[in-house]
Order: sequence, then C-alpha cells, then structure tokens
Amino acid sequence: MLSQGKQFIPDVTKAKVPGIFRGRPVISGVSVNVQELSELCPTNAISINPLCIDLGKCTFCGECAFAFPDKIKFTTDYKIAANQRQKLVISESIDEPVVLKPELIRKEISRYFSGSLKLRQVCAGGDNSCELELNACGNVNFDMGRYGIEFVASPRHADGIVITGPITENMAEPLQICYDAIPDPKIIILAGTDAISGGIFAGSPAINRSFLNKYTVDLFIPGNPIHPLTFINGVLDLIKKRKDV
Amino acid sequence: MKYVVVKNNEVIPISEIPVLEYGRFMETIIFTLMNKAHNHCVAYFGFPSENEVRLFCCIADDEQHVIYVSSSVVEKAQTLSSFTAKNFSFEKFEREIHENYGIKYKDHPWLKPVRYPFNSADKTQTIANYPFFNIDSEELHEVGVGPIHAGVIEPGHFRFICNGEQILHLEIQLGYQHRGIEHLFLERKKLLQRITLAESIAGDCVCGHTTAFVNLWEGLCNYTAGYDLKFARTMALELERLAIHTGDLSAMCTDVGYQLGSAVFGRLRTPIINFFQIWCGNRLAKGLIRAGKNNYPFTEDLAKQLIDLIDNYEVDFNEITKKLFTLPTVLARFEKTGVVNLEQAKMIGVVGMSARMCGLNRDIRSSHAHDLYGELDYQPIIKRHGDVYSRAQIRREAIRQSISFIRKLVKKIPSAIKGENYLSLPSADSFTISLVEGWRGEICHCALTGENGELVLYKIKDPSFHNWLALAMAVRNNEISDFPIANKSFDLSYCGHDL
Repeated sequence: MLSQGKQFIPDVTKAKVPGIFRGRPVISGVSVNVQELSELCPTNAISINPLCIDLGKCTFCGECAFAFPDKIKFTTDYKIAANQRQKLVISESIDEPVVLKPELIRKEISRYFSGSLKLRQVCAGGDNSCELELNACGNVNFDMGRYGIEFVASPRHADGIVITGPITENMAEPLQICYDAIPDPKIIILAGTDAISGGIFAGSPAINRSFLNKYTVDLFIPGNPIHPLTFINGVLDLIKKRKDV
Repeated sequence: MKYVVVKNNEVIPISEIPVLEYGRFMETIIFTLMNKAHNHCVAYFGFPSENEVRLFCCIADDEQHVIYVSSSVVEKAQTLSSFTAKNFSFEKFEREIHENYGIKYKDHPWLKPVRYPFNSADKTQTIANYPFFNIDSEELHEVGVGPIHAGVIEPGHFRFICNGEQILHLEIQLGYQHRGIEHLFLERKKLLQRITLAESIAGDCVCGHTTAFVNLWEGLCNYTAGYDLKFARTMALELERLAIHTGDLSAMCTDVGYQLGSAVFGRLRTPIINFFQIWCGNRLAKGLIRAGKNNYPFTEDLAKQLIDLIDNYEVDFNEITKKLFTLPTVLARFEKTGVVNLEQAKMIGVVGMSARMCGLNRDIRSSHAHDLYGELDYQPIIKRHGDVYSRAQIRREAIRQSISFIRKLVKKIPSAIKGENYLSLPSADSFTISLVEGWRGEICHCALTGENGELVLYKIKDPSFHNWLALAMAVRNNEISDFPIANKSFDLSYCGHDL
C-alpha cells in the first residue's frame, strides 16, 4: 500500500482549492439594474440600499454572477467563517478577507480548547451534504484530527455543538437535550447556510429556530455545503492562542 | 377504461386520468400487480380538496416501459378497505395518506405516523410519543438508538427488541428531518427556488433529485432537452454514483474495523467530488443541473482531466478492492449478514440497488430510460444473496460500470451551447411523472398543475421510502453488533424520506 503515497494536504491554512470554487464574492462598483439582481436570488441574500450579499443566506448557486458577470464575482477565497453574524454581509466594492473579531471570542475558548476540541454534531434537518463534508474534514486528505479537533459520539465528551440544517420542529427538542448534556464551558458552531439562516427553508412552517434565540453563537460557517477547508480554518481561527487580547 | 398509459416524463391533461369508484380502483391496481414482479407501484398519493381526496396511483410496468395511472375520489371522513391487506407494498403509502388527510382504513395492520408533517390531519400526535411495537417478556430487552447517532449522520430513531445479543425485531422511526419540502415547492414560485429545493431533498443525491425535477419541469413547459443537457445530467448521475459508492465502501470498511480500506476508499472519493468542483464549483454538484440551460458546458479539457483522474483512480481502486474482497476478516463480517430474500423484497416493494442485490431487477435506467441511458446499452447488475456481501459486490461492480459509461460518454462531447433558453409557461391542468435512477434507486417526482399552469401538487418519493423496511427485516436474527454494517451497506436517506 506504499504505492498510495502521501495523501494529506500539508498545510490546510494555505491550500488552494481546485477549479472554480465559489467562495467569498466581490461586488464591483459597476452600475446595474439592482432590482433585477436582488430578485434573481432564490433566498433573498442580495439586498439593495446599500447593495450587499449576505453569505449567511447565500446558497452559492452563482446565478447572480452568471446574470451580472461584471457586477458579482465569486472568488476562490474559502476562509469565510465569522464570529459576528453581520460580518457575513459583503458590501459593494469591498474586497477584504472575512476575519474573526478577537475581542468577541470568550477567553475560555483559547484557554481550554486551543490544543484539543471535541465536538458533537447535530443534524437538524440538514440534507446530508454538510454532514458529508464534516466527515470529509476528518479523512486522510484534510485530517482535522492533527489539530486535536474531532467529532465525538457523546455530548458528555464534547466541548461544543456543531449544528447543520435549518432546525426542524421535530428536531428542536432533541437538539436542546443534546446541548444541555454538554458540560460547560461549551461553544456553538453553525455550519452551512441552512443552519445560519434557514437557507431555502427560511420561513417554512416545519422548522423551529427558537433554540438560536437563547444562546450566543460562537462561529458562523457559511456554505452550501460548507467546504472542509472553510470549516477547519474557521475553527482553527476561533481556538488559536492570541497574545494581544 | 381503467387507467391511462403514459411514458416516463410524458405530460397529460388531468382529465385523461380515469376516476374510478374506490372498489373498482382497488381491484384494478391489485390485479395489475398480481404475480407480476415487473410491475410495481411508484407513486400513490392524494390530492385534497375541502372534504374529498382524489387518490392517484401510478404503476410502472418494467417490461412494457410504461406507467399506468388511475385515480379515485374518496371522502376524508370515509373508512376504506386497504390495499395493504391484499398487497403489502402499499403499507407505507396508506400510512402516509392516513397521516396527511385522516382517511381511515379498516384492515390496515397499523396506521402509524410516517413523518409527523407540520400539516398532518391529526395535530395531537407528536414525534416524542411514537407508538412503538413492543413485546412483554422478562427474557427480552429493548435498545433505543437516536434520533442523534454516534457519528456525523442524519437523525432517526431505531428501536431494537433483543434476546441477548440477537435482534428479534427492529422498528425504524423517522420524521425528524421533515422540512415541508413538498409544501415549499408550491409556495416558492421562482424556478431557481424550486431547483434549489430539489437540490436539497437529499444532499447526497443532488444529481438524482435535481435531474428528476428538471426533466419533469421541462416536460411541463413543453421543452425538449438537447444532447448537451442530457449529456451533462447522465455524466453527473454516473459521477455521483461513482463518488457515493466509493465513500460507502469506505464507511463499510470502517464498520468492520478495516482501517486501511476505510482510508484508501475515503481518499479515492476526494478526486471524484473535486472534479465536480472543477466542473461546476461545488463538490456535491449543487448548481450544476438547471432546467432549460447548462451553466457549465463540459469541455474537451474537462474530459481530459476526467480521464486522467479515472485512470489513476482505477489502479488504486483495483488494488484495494482485491484486498478487501479476499480478506477473511472482512468476508466473515460481510457474508450472510443482513439478508433480505427475494420474497421479502417483492413483498416490501424494494427498489434500486437494494432490489438488485437479491435478484429483483428494478432499474429505471433500463426499464424507463431517461436522458442518455437509452443509448448506453445499459445492463443492470444483479446479485442473488441479499446480504451485506451482495451489496458490497454491487457497489464494486457499479463503480466499474460507471467508469465504463464515463469513458463511453467522453467520446462524444456536446458542442458548447451556453446561455439562457427561455422556458415557456407550464401546461395547464396537467399531470406528469418523472422517474430517475439515482445511486440508491428509483426517484419519483409527480406534479399536478392548475388552470393557469401553476403547481397545485408536488409529490416526491425517494427510494428510501420503500427501502427502510428492508433494513428492518434484514437485521432480524442478526447480532445487534452487526447492525452498523447492515445499515451502512444500505446507506438510506433520512431527509429524502422525511422531505
């Protein structure tokens, strides 16, 4: 089996994604029919006055970039996780990386979790695409385990919860029970557009997002589904030791 | 006339579907299915009005390559004789009709809830109070697993009744993933919203469900897809099959503790799904399939990259597969574990890979060919034993078959036609059905339109709707420790079932 060679990505913080990945969008200053542009979006992620794209709602279908190629471009920048919901909103003529705001990261996160973070994932109406990508984070290519980040079976062994899916009514109670079973201190990560805003399911009578009104979310990771590199980099950024804060 | 005969993706006026008196309707359907394994029910659903429900039943005839559609109007308050008492494959369909519209059946074995939808007829039923089957005995114990499972997978509850280590009975309770998709199909009016919904029915079967939707929609809009669109869909379906089967072989290795196989199959999946990203910008092909247009033409350059990738894949795949299928520790866990026999499969109405593993030939690609499958000279792979080993063999051979199709397809790359093809409005007062063979099996989407061509009903059926019961039957008399490998060998969809 030596012929299989080395398969891991040596540095996941610097890896390039192949092909035409749709990551952080850039909106140019070109003037277009903004009404038409905003109506195109299946999830109302594009708002006007001022013009911006909300990555927490965006399904990354890329149709806006096809219809208005001079106005919107999706770059291959996959580092789009943020710890403030507002940071996911990309405004016109802004071409800056999405970063975490260090002051908002609770002290105990880097103190306790920087070398080892065990997570319990809860799929609450997720369509199994984010779940497949979260599993891929642990495979031999991405090998998230090398940073001490792992998914565990029991919430009692976990330091936090990763929620995927728009949170269905039928999963609302199991999600709460699972969260309550995790010992303090604990973090909440929302993975994927469906989890962050409900995505295409926002407003469906079969979902119940009241859980999210009760707690502060530590990390928002956009994507449909999330790319493993987006997830790993986002989590590493959250838990790393910071000197200046 | 007892039924109207349609072909896959054919659009007909609703008025052409006969409305039979319920007794005659039942007789017709049961007779059509009697002793004919090549006929099976692909859709049975209701279209409600105030006090009545019009029941539509679609029976696929795999020999004649047609679908028989018939209907009957019944009152919601009525108590009916069940189809299930005469043909067990209707068991879940009738539970669903009961749950949605409150119709009662006098001789159905147990009208349990299917998925606790937000719009169910009886709102007093909640998912926390599911009526499980139980056996009163001091010798037996129950094991409850889920809804949240140990791994990173979707939620569902498994309730085992065991005698020591042996499983006597397994009941699978679903519904946790219910997002109201069929309702949203009617509520969300933009085509792009509906395609996004179709892509989210089951995120591990994006190409399958989206192809079913776009084929249906193009039919309704009287649009004939060109070679380039059919090419892209067929290619995407085969790539998806290749990727998922590879990933599932990895997961099956994990569940029998074969680490090397798990790692190698796991990383072999990566270049396949990365190819989707190179082609369309998304590793699971979300964004690739669109009705009436193709945003991502398949170029000569892509073909070259794909063939290089497949050539490399095949060498490593053959090496690890040879090891996997000759390793005594693996074979001891695979063989004679989780068996479903032909009789059970016919009774349940199992479809797709789970049917072909025990000698039941059900494959839409050959029986109701869509897209380019009519030209690919497709022969279904059939196994006989119905165990985990058969399912592993089917995956191995399906991977090789997909590779040969991909090689065949790239010999005739369509000329790049990019840009918008404007679709006309959907036909008014029409019925249509779209069948697609996804990697799990038969996907069925049905639609009814109203007088202005607006959608008035959208019905989705994932192959898992039938096949979950096959898993419950498969693990009977197995050790409970063999449940994970039996489960993974089927790899059924929770969200595709719960909708």
